[in-house]
Amino acid sequence: MANPGSEDDTPTIKMDEPESRADGDGVSGLEQSREMTPPPLPPRPTTANLGLLDDRPTTADMGSLKLPKRTSRPHLQSQATTALSLTDIQIQSRGESASINSSPVSRDPSQKRSISRFGRFVNSSEDDSASTRSYAPTLDVPYDNVSMLGDEPSPAWKALNSQLDIDESLQLDEAFEDPLSERITLEFDDLEVRAGNGSNETVLLDQWSAKLKHFFVLSASGKPVYSRHGDDHLVSHYVGVAQTLISFYQGANDPLKTFTAGDTRFVMLAKGPLNLVAVSKIGESEAQLRNQLESLYMQVLSTLSLPSLEKIFSNRPSTDLRRPLQGTDVLLDGLSDGFTRGSPSTLLSSLECLRLRKTHRRIINDSLLKVRSPDLLYGLIVAAGRLVSVVRPKKHSLHPGDLHLIFNMLFEAGSVKAGGGENWIPLCLPGFNNTGFLYMYVSFLSPAEAAAVASSPVTAERPRTASDTEHTPSSDDLAIVFISPNKDAFYSLRSMRDSLITSLAQSKMLAALAAAMDAGRAPCSSILPGGTPLKHFLYKSRGNVQFTMPSFEPHFAGPIARRKLMTLYAHLHEVVHVRNSHLKVLHAVSREATALAWVTPVFELYCVAGPGVARQTVTQAANKVVQWIRKEEERVFIIGGAVF
Amino acid sequence: MAQRMQQGGRPGGARFAQFKLVLLGESAVGKSSLVLRFVKDQFDDYRESTIGAAFLTQTLALDDQTTVKFEIWDTAGQERYKSLAPMYYRNANCAVVVYDITQASSLDKAKAWVKELQRQANENIVIALAGNKADLVAEQPDKRAVPVADAEAYAKEANLLFFETSAKTAENVKELFTAIAKKLPIEQASQRGMRGAGGRPGGVDLGRREDAGTAGGAGGCQC
Ligand SMILES: Nc1nc2c(ncn2[C@@H]2O[C@H](COP(=O)(O)OP(=O)(O)O)[C@@H](O)[C@H]2O)c(=O)[nH]1
Ligand SMILES: [Mg+2]
Repeated sequence: MANPGSEDDTPTIKMDEPESRADGDGVSGLEQSREMTPPPLPPRPTTANLGLLDDRPTTADMGSLKLPKRTSRPHLQSQATTALSLTDIQIQSRGESASINSSPVSRDPSQKRSISRFGRFVNSSEDDSASTRSYAPTLDVPYDNVSMLGDEPSPAWKALNSQLDIDESLQLDEAFEDPLSERITLEFDDLEVRAGNGSNETVLLDQWSAKLKHFFVLSASGKPVYSRHGDDHLVSHYVGVAQTLISFYQGANDPLKTFTAGDTRFVMLAKGPLNLVAVSKIGESEAQLRNQLESLYMQVLSTLSLPSLEKIFSNRPSTDLRRPLQGTDVLLDGLSDGFTRGSPSTLLSSLECLRLRKTHRRIINDSLLKVRSPDLLYGLIVAAGRLVSVVRPKKHSLHPGDLHLIFNMLFEAGSVKAGGGENWIPLCLPGFNNTGFLYMYVSFLSPAEAAAVASSPVTAERPRTASDTEHTPSSDDLAIVFISPNKDAFYSLRSMRDSLITSLAQSKMLAALAAAMDAGRAPCSSILPGGTPLKHFLYKSRGNVQFTMPSFEPHFAGPIARRKLMTLYAHLHEVVHVRNSHLKVLHAVSREATALAWVTPVFELYCVAGPGVARQTVTQAANKVVQWIRKEEERVFIIGGAVF
Repeated sequence: MAQRMQQGGRPGGARFAQFKLVLLGESAVGKSSLVLRFVKDQFDDYRESTIGAAFLTQTLALDDQTTVKFEIWDTAGQERYKSLAPMYYRNANCAVVVYDITQASSLDKAKAWVKELQRQANENIVIALAGNKADLVAEQPDKRAVPVADAEAYAKEANLLFFETSAKTAENVKELFTAIAKKLPIEQASQRGMRGAGGRPGGVDLGRREDAGTAGGAGGCQC
């Protein structure tokens, strides 16, 4: 899947051989950046890294610097919602960097809340001796009077923080009085039921307008296909306006992609016979919203497949697509709400794995391979919503977008889980092949149920389905997911499930999994002992298309604190992805947080510390995270997986 | 719980048989709710519609000597899954075709399913027609859209078992499945099942199941 940055539509220049490299320690040449030394070496990519997912950077990519052309910012036609983005239009190429450096533009050193960009790091996978190289300081762009979090943040961020601005000592996690945050807690409530006589129209409209985020899917002819909030009656007017705008610009051969009005950003995506619209007041970037729309579109494809979607409309352009999509609202809602709530997985377009000992993961992989049914294409073991193991054929990888759809179906929408049985689900995985259907066997097992299956495989009365089962399936269950191209493979995959569980029980891996699930995510303080200033971080391994993070506890336990944290991450992510360079360190400071983003070809790291923490301190902590990952890499990531 | 199961091991004369059952009918008539009531004795007011198909099992003790295990395919009623339906009813021993007694059109849909089953499914398939959501009509009689007599007459003509059910109140749910079980060739199936590994009671399965003869024991003991 495309990186959430705008790599897809932004022309890039690739430069495989950067000319001005500094020494491997990554520090020299950075004297001009006054505030910090850059973090040191990223972990060296290991060859064992190859494998799980396709979207790894190629070797060429890893050593390359991608820079967009100066003119390539098609998405900021209207006023950017973050002041940063405007400043960001300043794009430098290698030739320019020196001059930018030597004549810093009107930098105001007293401007504490500023963003500085420091050295750029190149990781060269071919060069063992110096895995990191740094450029001479290419950019220390003075974001005068601009701060990501402070003085000129996006309107939404401002709104989120309107309370906090009054009292500097307030913490992110103490912001429960924030009126806009309260709106987030109402965001997922259904609108009132429409009164028969229409008497509550105004109330409905108010509730509808108060939503922070809307998604619409319309057919090319303007028929509503999906709306996250509100019934047809309520949205028809808005859908009509959107449709008019879209067709006006399409008619002018200048497809409208995005605009903002006040705090609100509108993003349009035209996909074949469908138009998708996102409306957001929570300060997301165009690229992020576009990704979200892509994901909704993939869900539609997953239900129908591309040929049948196209056929439906070529037969009858005025078709009401809601009929063929019947019952999938819960899936689209699940995706939409996930985007609104803010999830690291969607932000980073990657999945989280269950932290597990390397030897344990290997035993589980071996079990999967041992019991593999010939009908199997892909197999996943998922524990507590986190990936444990993947089995796949050598020549096929799992597309992260497809995995996201599967995870959404299993863990966001309740229907599969709540069914209380096993499931057999035809679905199209558009990233794998958008023209055909695959069949997915799903079984949720609590640890106790798994034990029961193991104790009397195949012949066992499934406890889940026995009348005496009190257990309500929860996301803490183990999910076994087997995907086959063969629609008759249910029984063969079912018996594979039994064999797998038996094998895992024999090797004591069920217990190991239960323990790992119980342990949950470790808090930042135990991952980074010795009083780390970090409250949270996200580390994405780009090659593995996976991420890891500490627990949201104790600082970001509630939905509001969580949404704010995600907004912060989204801002960091946006800034470091706005240009295609792989090489960035970004430091951001506000009244309530100190943050650091560090992007290399190998990883993306986003760290958040409390307010007023010195950059040096955050940087050191970020280094510790990288060191920890280096040590734990094979525990926190699935590297390779079980390949047959 | 809801089902009284055989306690302890089965004495020598016991019969056990396993049958495949498929639920068909328009979306939202209450198929999944009927299964949930039958299997877990629960009801859920806000149920998301089924995605694909769900597979569940439930064991029913007909009497001290006779245990029937249903392997249930709960299908999604949506149009787009229509072409997959044969996969679920192909080897089914029995089917429950469900309509919603407050929606006249859902009976038409049910009739179409019955026709398809009678043409395409097992020759000896036992079909039951279930008019669901009886509780709604008990509350508000004017909600009824399908008169009992009409449905009854149709069922008789098409040789179907017939019940008006409520997954919500559990009315007639167990009765429905029990009536089906009683019409199934238990003797035949259980003897075939007893003959040992590889036996397939009543031609139950699409797939390989070596367990048919012994499967009842564990289930029976768990309550
Ligand atoms: N009042 C009432 N509602 C029911 C009954 N059975 C199902 N429902 C409701 O009807 C809706 C659809 O039920 P569901 O079981 O999902 O239907 P399916 O699509 O045929 O599987 C759900 O909201 C159920 O709560 C019933 O017997 N009485
Ligand atoms: Mg259903």
